[in-house]
Order: sequence, then structure tokens, then C-alpha cells
Amino acid sequence: MRIASLLIVAGVLLLGGPARAADPGAGPMVIRIGYLTRAEEPRIPQTFLEPVSEDEGVQGARLAIADNNTTGRFLNQRFELVEAVVPEDGRVEDAVRDLAGQGVRLLVADLREDALLAAAAAPEARDMLVFNTRAPDDDLRNERCRTNLLHVTPSRRMLADALSQYLVSRKWMNWLLVVGRTPEDAAYADAIRAAAKRYRAKIVEEKRWAFEDANRRVDTGHVTVQSEILTFTQAPEHDVLVVADEADGFGEYLLYQTWLPRPVVGTHGLVPTAWSRVNEQWGATQLHSRFERQAGRWMRPRDYTAWMAVRAVGEAATRTKSADPAALAAFVRGPDFTLPAFKGQGLSFRDWDGQLRQPVLLAGPRVLVSVSPQAGFLHQYSELDTLGDDRPESRCKRSQ
Amino acid sequence: MSFDGGAARLGLLALLGFMIAPSAQADTIFVSNEKSNTVSVVDGGKMQVLATIKVGRRPRGITFNRDMTQIFVCVGDDNRIDVIDVATQKVVDRLPSGPDPELFVLDPKGRLLYVANEDDNMVSVVDTETKKIVGEIQVGVEPEGMGISPDGKFLVNTSETTNMAHFIDTESHQIVDNVLVDARPRVARFTGDGKFVWVSSEVGGTVSIIDTASRKVVHKITFAVQGVPREAIQPVGIQITSDEQRAFVALGPANRVAEIDAKTFEVKRYHLVGQRVWNLALSPDEKRLYTTNGVSNDMSVMDLERGRVVKSVSVGGAPWGVIVKP
Repeated sequence: MRIASLLIVAGVLLLGGPARAADPGAGPMVIRIGYLTRAEEPRIPQTFLEPVSEDEGVQGARLAIADNNTTGRFLNQRFELVEAVVPEDGRVEDAVRDLAGQGVRLLVADLREDALLAAAAAPEARDMLVFNTRAPDDDLRNERCRTNLLHVTPSRRMLADALSQYLVSRKWMNWLLVVGRTPEDAAYADAIRAAAKRYRAKIVEEKRWAFEDANRRVDTGHVTVQSEILTFTQAPEHDVLVVADEADGFGEYLLYQTWLPRPVVGTHGLVPTAWSRVNEQWGATQLHSRFERQAGRWMRPRDYTAWMAVRAVGEAATRTKSADPAALAAFVRGPDFTLPAFKGQGLSFRDWDGQLRQPVLLAGPRVLVSVSPQAGFLHQYSELDTLGDDRPESRCKRSQ
Repeated sequence: MSFDGGAARLGLLALLGFMIAPSAQADTIFVSNEKSNTVSVVDGGKMQVLATIKVGRRPRGITFNRDMTQIFVCVGDDNRIDVIDVATQKVVDRLPSGPDPELFVLDPKGRLLYVANEDDNMVSVVDTETKKIVGEIQVGVEPEGMGISPDGKFLVNTSETTNMAHFIDTESHQIVDNVLVDARPRVARFTGDGKFVWVSSEVGGTVSIIDTASRKVVHKITFAVQGVPREAIQPVGIQITSDEQRAFVALGPANRVAEIDAKTFEVKRYHLVGQRVWNLALSPDEKRLYTTNGVSNDMSVMDLERGRVVKSVSVGGAPWGVIVKP
């Protein structure tokens, strides 16, 4: 089986001045980070305003390598990204073996749940630290958790909690839930139901999206949508419509088409997310402009989580002044680790399930609406732990 | 009102004026308002806004020229520096700055401005006389804070994502050292004797004291305010009195200014100010401290002799930088 693998050796940046190196005589310490993804059909957004991109995720990792190297040149450290793409029908375990052979012990995994678990369970992954930058599945943080896995991407439960805190703080307590047909949509709906229970909101009715997915570009487009959704969204009195459509199959069509004039929230409308172009706070402006210069498009959540994972390794290398993967992994999990990631506070990993605790953006289509946790949701350790599985609730039994 | 009464009142006013002048009451304070694209001019005596000067977009960093006849303001979204004439209170000129200037520092001789270009991993050197960029210095990711030693020989620039204080030789424009500090360093300020640089780390929640001779962090100040979450303690602005006895650090969304013994580095008190306090300025007589409160859109006035906040003055939207003229 062929594994497309590419070694990006970061060019030595031209220096404005001779930075004092740790050991001027020796060559730079090299820190090699793997990036593993699987080839797949690109996601086709319903909106024509967003480009179809084939490089979601990896662009974030590449940018973080560049950022790490800018810092690294002052410390005589060099970061390299080893990119591997498994074919659609290929085995991720083989890719992990191949990456291990190239010296990779720190791995950014842009994979869905099953492939991620297969990669993390590969024999060669036993002494690797794997960063989950894509799979939001709650069972990965609970029953299916693993010691060698850290979750950079927020869980569905974190997203649902972030949204719910906002709705509850507005006293929008009655929700109509519309769920798409994929297993991911069902999982998203599960998280919404759990959050409704947690925050004592009421789901007045659930509806399953029953229409065929259609090509987004048809000449009679809006006419069908207008009549279908009007009748489909008839439901008892509610404050908001919560939509679960992770694949972006239909959610966009719900806005302004509903039976009652109600806002749409969830995967569309007001969206809880790790990242969005609408965030310009906390210096995010600079991250956007670096990213857009490099990738020629906006930074998506998968790019952002990959950026965070690679930056986490960079931060560990800066603080420990080490290139030893075991030392870096230990630092990332340790109590002194904190990652600044344009969210207004330092982020760190929860020791009970390996989840990165982080504020969640509530993004409107054009501007940032809010950021959760909302004021007043308190916690004895960190208010960020009001989002997702808190220590006492965690069903993760991993040996530390 | 009778003539006599008026004269008596005038006499009293004159007497009051005599007793307290020259003092903080005669200060004129200039505040850059990031959101409303203006600079507010505040009378230190009346504690009222005297005038509002329209500038370019997103004004943040603000400083006087050497004789205080002009004010330079970084207008980041317009990628330039606006020059305000203090007498007429109007923008009279503009200077190039390199992309997205946020903070800068004027060299003690008064000619060169060193500007942090947040978007470009660079410090630009701007000649305020020829109005040209005369040098560019490559630094870490997202350069921000700028401090200069009293003798003008060393510049310290902080980079927010690289988390370092870069020591730059102003003669050669070369980086001579890099000192690692806590996450997201914002402001760098030299002590008056040039022996130390104080660097605030917004996300790290600390202030590092760097010895300029050894270029090592010799002390790290941490903060704890009862009832305020750890994450909300985000140090930014720093002011140190000229006798080097007292220092003040703005703690951002903790809505507090920490008062620190500048010799022992012990935090003495926390003063409650407005919301999201960014930057600080001491009055020239050092009897007052002014703070910009980015969320509550006001400036707090602290009386340093009485040790408390005495007034809050509404300024423009999202006040950010503050400077004071006697």
C-alpha cells in the first residue's frame, strides 16, 4: 500500500540578527511532528460563499510549524512536519508504522473516530502522543478514552454546553430540535439533549430531517425549500430551533424559512465552535492574516485545532528547551502547561480525559455573538470546566 | 450674585490654585479610544473631557514627542501613525509605521520611533524628522510591547506568541539576547536606573523582572485576588514611580490595579478600577495614576497619596492608551 508522505523541512529563516543559541557550535535540535489524515471527498458547503477546500487541517499544522520555527530560531530548535495521507480504503495503522519509522513520536491526527482509535491502538503508537484535532465524539473522552490520546478539538458535549449556557442566560428555555440523518447528527442531538437536561431547558419536539439531500445548485432552489420547511417546522411554541446537521446538508436552509419566526442555532445560525473567521478578539487578527496569507482562504476549525496541537508541542519545546518527545509529551500533560490560543486565556489539558479545556465561540454568520462559558456559570477549579465532562462525571478509566 | 461675593470667590479660587499648583490638577490627559477612533483630551483639574480628537482607525499606542508639543498615535487598522498637534488638538501629520502598528517607543533623544508591527514579526524604526522607515528588525511572532533603556542603547520588544523579550542593540539593530517569559507578553518597561525591565504576561498572569545586566528573570510577580478567577488576572500596563519605590500593574478583566513594592516585589494592595483595565499613566508629579478601562469606557483616577480611586471619567469607546502632560 502506498502512503503519500512528505517531509516539509522548514527553511532556515533569515535572521535579523544573530540570536544567541543554546549551543552555538551544534546544529539545531530537531523536533519532528507527524500529521496524519485520510483522503476523502471534500466537504461541499451549502453556501456558495465558502470555498470547497481540500486542505482543511493541514494548513493549520503548517502555519504552527512556521510559528514554532520563528520562536525556535532563538532557541536553536527546528520543527519539521511529516505529512501522511492514507488513501480512502487504506489502513491508518500502516501509516502510523511508516511515520514511526521516520522518527515521529508526536502525532497530529486529523481523523474521524474509528480511524483515530485504530491509529492510536497501532503497536507503534504505544509510545506516541496522539493529538485528536478532529473527532468531537463524546465516547472518545469517556468509555473509549486512551492514555496516549489528547483531544484538542472540543467534544460535542462542550459545544452543546456552550450553546446551552447562552440560551439559558437569555431565558430561551424551549427548543425545537431538528436532527439530520447521519450518525454524527444523532450524536450531536444526544449532546443537545444532555445539555437541555443539565441546564433544565425543554425540548418541545424533535423532528428528523426527512428530505433527500439535493445538489446545492439547482435552478428551482429556493421555491422547493420555501414550501417544504414552512410545513416541516410546525411545532409547539418554542424559543429557538436547534439544528443538528454536521455534514452541512440542509441546516443552512432553515434560517428565515421557519413556521414561527425563531432563530436557528446549533450547527447553523448561531454556531458553537472552536474557531470561526468572525473572531477578531485577543489578537486573533494576526492569526487570521498569517493563515490567509499562507492558505489563501479562511481558517476553519480543523485548521485551528491542528494549529493548536502543533503549537502545544512548540510551547513544550520552548519551555523545556528539549527535543525529546517523551519530555515534551510529559510537559504538555503536566500542570505547568498553558497554551495561548487567541481565546483570551491560557488553555490546558484535563487530566481525567485528556480534553483541552477552552472557551467556545458562539459565532453568528457575520460577527461573533458571544463566547462561553457565560458569566455566572461557576466552577470550583476553572470556569472552563463547566463545558463538557467534568471530573466527577467522567467515565474515562485510563491509567495515568 | 454681588460683586463682592464674586471677588471673594475669585480670591478663594486663586488661593486654592496657589496651594495646589503645580499639581495633578493641572494635568492634561490624552486617552486613545480603540473603538471610537478618537483621542479624548481630559482636564485633570475638572476631570472632564475637554475635547475629542478624531484620528485614524483603531488607535492604541500613544506617546508624546520629546518636548510634548506633538502626540504620536498608532492607528493600527490604517497601518500608520497619526501626529496630533497638542496646541491645536488636531491631526496635523502622519508617519509611516509598517503594517498594523500597536505599540511603540520614542528613543530618549527624541528622533526615532521604534514600532511593533504585530502582523509582520517585525519592529520598524521610523525617523520622525524625515518621516521615513529607516530600519526593520526581525523579531518573534506578534511583536507587541516596546521598552527602551534610559540611555537609549537597548530596546526591549516582547512577542506575544513567541513569548520572549528580545533585547535589541539600537546601534546595530541586532537582537543581542532573548529572554523567555510567561505566555503572551504585553508591556515592557525599564526602571528609571535602567537596571531592570518589567514585562507583563497577559495569559501567563505574571510580571517578570529581568535584570538587564545578566538578562535573566530575577523575579516573577504573581497575583491572586479573592473572588476573581485565576484566568481573569491578565497583567498588561505597568508604571513605576521615579523613586523606584512603587509600581502599578493593570490586571485586565480582573478590574484591578495591583500596587507593588518595587524593591521587594511584594503586592501590597489591589485597587478596584473600571472593567478590563489596559494601560496606566502616572501624573508628572506622581500623585495620581490614570487607568484606561476598555469595557466600561472610562478612565479611573487614583489618588496615590490617599491610596484610592477618586473619580471615574467617561471617555470614548474602548479606551486603551493613556499619557499625561503637566
